[in-house]
Amino acid sequence: MFGKKVKTFPQGGIHPEDKKFSDHKQIVDLPLPATVYIPCSQHIGAPAVPVVQPGDKVLVGQLIAQRQGFISANVHSSVSGTVKKMVELPDPEGWKKPSFEIEVSGDEWLDGIDRSPELNMDITATPDEIRAKVTAAGIVGLGGATFPADIKLSIPPGKSAEFLIINGVECEPYLTSDHRLMLEKAEEIIVGIRIALKALGLKKALVGVEANTPDAIEQLKKFSNPYPEIEIVALKVWYPQGGERQLVKALTNREIPPPPRGLPIDVGCVVFNVATCFSIYEAVQKNKPLIDRVVTVTGDSVKDPSNFRVRIGTPIRALIDAAGGLPEDTAKVIRGSVMMGKAIPDISIPITKGAGGIVIIPENEAKRKQKQVCIRCAKCVSVCPLGMEPYLLMTLVEQGRLDEAELEKITNCCECGCCSFTCPSNRPLLDYIRYGKASVLQRMKARQQK
Amino acid sequence: MSLTLIYTILVLSVIGVISAVILYLVAQKFKIVEDPRVENVEKVLPGVNCGGCGFPGCHAFAEACVKAETLEGLYCSPGGNACMAEVAKILGKTVAEKDPMIAVVRCSGSFGVRPRTSVYDGVGTCAIAASTYSGDTACSYGCLGLADCVRVCAFDAIHMDEATGLPVVVEEKCTACGKCVTACPKFIIELRKKGPKGRRVFVSCINKDKGAVAIKACKVACIGCGKCVKECPFDAITMENNLAYIDFNKCRLCRKCVPVCPTKAIHETNFPPRKPAEESAGTAA
Amino acid sequence: MNQKPLIVSLSPHVFSGLSIEKSMYAVIIALVPALAVSVYVFGLGALYLTFLAVSSCIALEFVIQKYLMKVPVRALDGSAALTGMLLAFNLPANLPWWMVLIGSFVAIAVAKMSFGGLGNNIFNPALVGRVFLLISFPVAMTTWPKAFAYRCLSHVDGKTAATPLMTLKEGLLNGQTIEQISAKLPDYGQLFLGQIGGSLGEISAAALLLGGLFLLWKKIISWHIPVSMIGTVFVFSGILWLIDPLKYVHPLFHILSGGVMLGAIYMATDYVSSPMTHKGMLIYGCLIGALTVIIRVFGAYPEGVSFAILVMNAFVPLINRYCKPHRFGE
Repeated sequence: MFGKKVKTFPQGGIHPEDKKFSDHKQIVDLPLPATVYIPCSQHIGAPAVPVVQPGDKVLVGQLIAQRQGFISANVHSSVSGTVKKMVELPDPEGWKKPSFEIEVSGDEWLDGIDRSPELNMDITATPDEIRAKVTAAGIVGLGGATFPADIKLSIPPGKSAEFLIINGVECEPYLTSDHRLMLEKAEEIIVGIRIALKALGLKKALVGVEANTPDAIEQLKKFSNPYPEIEIVALKVWYPQGGERQLVKALTNREIPPPPRGLPIDVGCVVFNVATCFSIYEAVQKNKPLIDRVVTVTGDSVKDPSNFRVRIGTPIRALIDAAGGLPEDTAKVIRGSVMMGKAIPDISIPITKGAGGIVIIPENEAKRKQKQVCIRCAKCVSVCPLGMEPYLLMTLVEQGRLDEAELEKITNCCECGCCSFTCPSNRPLLDYIRYGKASVLQRMKARQQK
Repeated sequence: MSLTLIYTILVLSVIGVISAVILYLVAQKFKIVEDPRVENVEKVLPGVNCGGCGFPGCHAFAEACVKAETLEGLYCSPGGNACMAEVAKILGKTVAEKDPMIAVVRCSGSFGVRPRTSVYDGVGTCAIAASTYSGDTACSYGCLGLADCVRVCAFDAIHMDEATGLPVVVEEKCTACGKCVTACPKFIIELRKKGPKGRRVFVSCINKDKGAVAIKACKVACIGCGKCVKECPFDAITMENNLAYIDFNKCRLCRKCVPVCPTKAIHETNFPPRKPAEESAGTAA
Repeated sequence: MNQKPLIVSLSPHVFSGLSIEKSMYAVIIALVPALAVSVYVFGLGALYLTFLAVSSCIALEFVIQKYLMKVPVRALDGSAALTGMLLAFNLPANLPWWMVLIGSFVAIAVAKMSFGGLGNNIFNPALVGRVFLLISFPVAMTTWPKAFAYRCLSHVDGKTAATPLMTLKEGLLNGQTIEQISAKLPDYGQLFLGQIGGSLGEISAAALLLGGLFLLWKKIISWHIPVSMIGTVFVFSGILWLIDPLKYVHPLFHILSGGVMLGAIYMATDYVSSPMTHKGMLIYGCLIGALTVIIRVFGAYPEGVSFAILVMNAFVPLINRYCKPHRFGE
C-alpha cells in the first residue's frame, strides 16, 4: 500500500473508520473565557495542594497548587485574574473534585516566561535542571494517561533504558491534535526529544508515526535530519497502536510484561507522547509551565471541526461553541475519542491536562444496539491485541467467577475496546471486563495487605 | 448354546461381585464421619442458603456452630432468635438474644425530586453503572435504580418501585441477611434495628456534599444544617461530612427530629399519625 | 441547560456494524454459486429441495422460540436459513420431501434448540440432521441422481449414478486396482466444475471455492480451518498414495470429491461449533482432515467428512481449554 512494508504490532487490532475531519485545520488560539475552572487533580497520583486563597490575584503561569508525594504534579493558573472561590466540580466521571474558580481579567503573564515564538535550540540545562524544570512546570503525559512526566525522566535505580520511544501515533479516530502539532511544531518537538534524551542519558529515540499522516512524517524527518540519534518510523494505520505496549512492540519488537509488574522501563524503553515533548520543550527552553494544550473538537454533525490551543480550565462548552456550537442532534459528548474516551454527563466541565479531544456523537449513532447471544464467532479473540479471550472473561465476570477471571489474566486488559467494537452480537464485552478487572485488582490489593 | 449362556451368566456375576467388593472398599476408605449434630442443627435452620451469616450455606453454618466453642458471632438472621435458641438447645450452648434488624434504603431521590441529568446506556447493573460514572443525577451518592439489590435478595423482600425508581423493602419478608447491603455499590442500604412494632427513625440520605450542592441535586437531600442534632435530646444524631446520622442504639424514637428537618430527609416508619398537639410539643415514646 | 440530558456509556463508542444477520446472510450469499451449479446439474428439483429445507428450518425455529421456549423470536436472523441451506446441500437432489422435513426437524429441534438455541449447540445442526437421515434412510440417502438426467422439476426415474467416492470404494472392495477403477471415475476437470453425481451442494469445488474466497475477503471466516483441513487431507492421502499408488487414489481426487470443500469452507467453520483461537482452529482442521481420510480409506463408508466434523465438534471444548492465544508479554 505504501510501497514498502510498514511496521506494526503483530497480534490483534482493528481499523475503525478514520474520520479525521479536522486534519487540514491549523491550530488556532481559543479566545480567553470569562471564567476558568482548574481542578487540583488533573493527573494520576495525589492531588496538588492549593497555595492561593480565594480573593488572591494570580498571573498566567503562577503556581496555584503544589504537588505532594512522589506521584503528583504542580498546577498553574492558565489565566490572569482573581481566584473567586474553591468549588466542588464534577470530573469527567461526575465525581466532585476541588477546583479553583478564577475570574479572568486581561492576559498578564508571570515574569520569566519567554513568550516569543523564536526557536531556542541550544540545550544548556543539565539533566538535573531539566528534571527540576519539568517538575516545576507540572508536566504530565498528554496522551491521556496523565502520568507525571518528571518521574519518567529519571531512570529508577536498578533499571536501565536503551530507547526513548516517542508516541506520534494518533490511532484513535477523529483526533488530529497530535497530527497538527507534529506538522506545525515539528522543530520544537525535535528539541523536546533531544531534551528528554539528554535528561535520560540515552542515545536513541524512535518516533512512531502512523502512515496516514505522511506530511507530519516528512516534517519530522526534515528537522530530525541533523540528529542521527532520532529516527522517525512510519507505522501501519492500526488501532490500538498508540497504546504503550503495542507501540513498544511495533518499534522494538519487545513485549512489556503484563501489569502490575510491567512498565516500559522493564524492557529498556521510556515512552513520551509528542505533545508531552512539546511541553517539555516549552518548559525547559521557555520556562513556560503547562497551562495550555491542543484539543480537537470534532464530530459527524459538528459544523466546523477544529484544532484549538486551549488554556487549561476552559469549559468544554466554550470549545464547542467555537467549533460552530452544539449540534441539534447531539446525544453524546466524548472527552478523548470514540475508542477509549469517556462520555461526559455535563459539558460545563473544564478541559484538563489529559483531554486531547472532544467528539460529539449524533443521536443516530449514540445508542447501543440490543445485545444478542454469543455466537462464538471468535472475532473478539482474534482482535484482542493482548491475546486474551474476551468472550470468556465476560462470561466469568457475569457469573461472578472472579478467581477464574484472575487466572485468565483479566488484569492484563488495556481497555482498548477492540472486542466490543468487533462483536457482531453487540455484547458489552469491555463493560464487564473493565468491571471485572477493577474487582480483581481490588481483591489482589486486599490479599497483599493481608 | 446352553454352555454359552452359562458362561455369560457366570462371567457377569463374577464381574458384579468384584465391582461390589471394590465399591464397598472405596466407600469404606473415603467414608466421611460427620458429627450427627450438624445434621440436627441444619434441620432447624431455615435452609435458604442465603449466605447472610457469612458462610457459604446453611450446612457450612451448621458445621461452624457445632465446631465453635461459643455461639458468639454466629447468628442466623433469617431464622432469628427463635431459631438460634433451638440451635443452642441442640448444642447445649447459650446464645445472646439479638435485636431484630431490617434493611433500610437510605435514599429518597425519586424521579420527581432528583432530576436526571444524563442517560445511562450500558449494562443494566448498578455495579457496572457505578464503575462508569457517578450516576445519572447530579447527586453522586444516590440510588442508581438498576436493582442489584433486588437481584441478590433470596427472599423476594425487596423490589423496585416503578414510580420512584427506588427499591422498597417488604417489611414482613426481610430477614436482614445483609445481601443487599453488600450488593449496593453506593452503600445506600443499611441494616438497622427493626424497632418495636417496626417503628424506626432514620436519615434517608447519604449525600456528603455541602448543603447548597446537595439541595441542587436533590430536593430531599440532607443538607447538613444540624437542626436535628440540636433537637435530639438523647445525643443520638451525629453530623459528619455534611450528613446527619441517627445511631439506632441511642435513638429512643421520640420523633422530634422529623419535623425540624427542612428537606424532610428524616423518615419515620410505622408510627401512629401525629396529633396536632404533639406536632409542636413532641413526646418521648 | 436547555439541551436534552446526554447519554453516558462506557467506551468504545463506535462499533464495526457487523451483526449476526450480516455474517449469516454473507455465508448464504457465498453458497449461491454452488446452488446455481446444482440447479444446472440436477434441475429445479435442487432448488425446490433447498427451499423446502430452508423454509422448514425457519418455521421450526419460529415455532419453538415462540411457543416452546417463549423467548424473543429471532428465526429470521439467518442462522436457521443457513442451517437449512447446508442441510439441503448435503442431501441427494431427489430425496422425498418428508425426509427433508425430518432432517430439518432433527437439525433445528434436536441439534440446535434443545441445547438452548443459537450459540449453545455443541454439534453442527445441519450435519446432525444429515447424519440422522443417512443412518435412518441409508438407501435413499445414497441413491444419487445422475447428472443432467432431469426434465424440469422431476428427476427421470431410475437414472441414478454413484458418487465418485462410492465407485472407488466398491471397486477397491471388489479387488480392483486404482488403474482399473479410474476408467470409471470422472476426470479432475469434471470434479472441479461439478459435472458428477453427489449431494446437492457438494459437487462443484469451483463454486464452493468462489464462495469461500468471498467469505475470506469479507472476513466472515478466517483461513485457518479450511486451509488446515484441506491441507491435511491432501498431505495424508498423498502419503498413502506415495506408499502404494495402486491401492490408494491420488490426493487431488480426495480433496475435489465428496464433501471436503463444502465441509472445510462452510461446515467446519460454523462459528458455534468450532474453536475460538487460531491455534485451536488449526488443530481442529487438521484432525478433521485426518479423520476424513481415515474414514474414507479404512472405514466402511465411502465418505467421512460429516462424521469427522461431528466427532471433532465434541472435542471443541477441550481444544478451547488447552489452546490459548499468545498472551502478550509472557
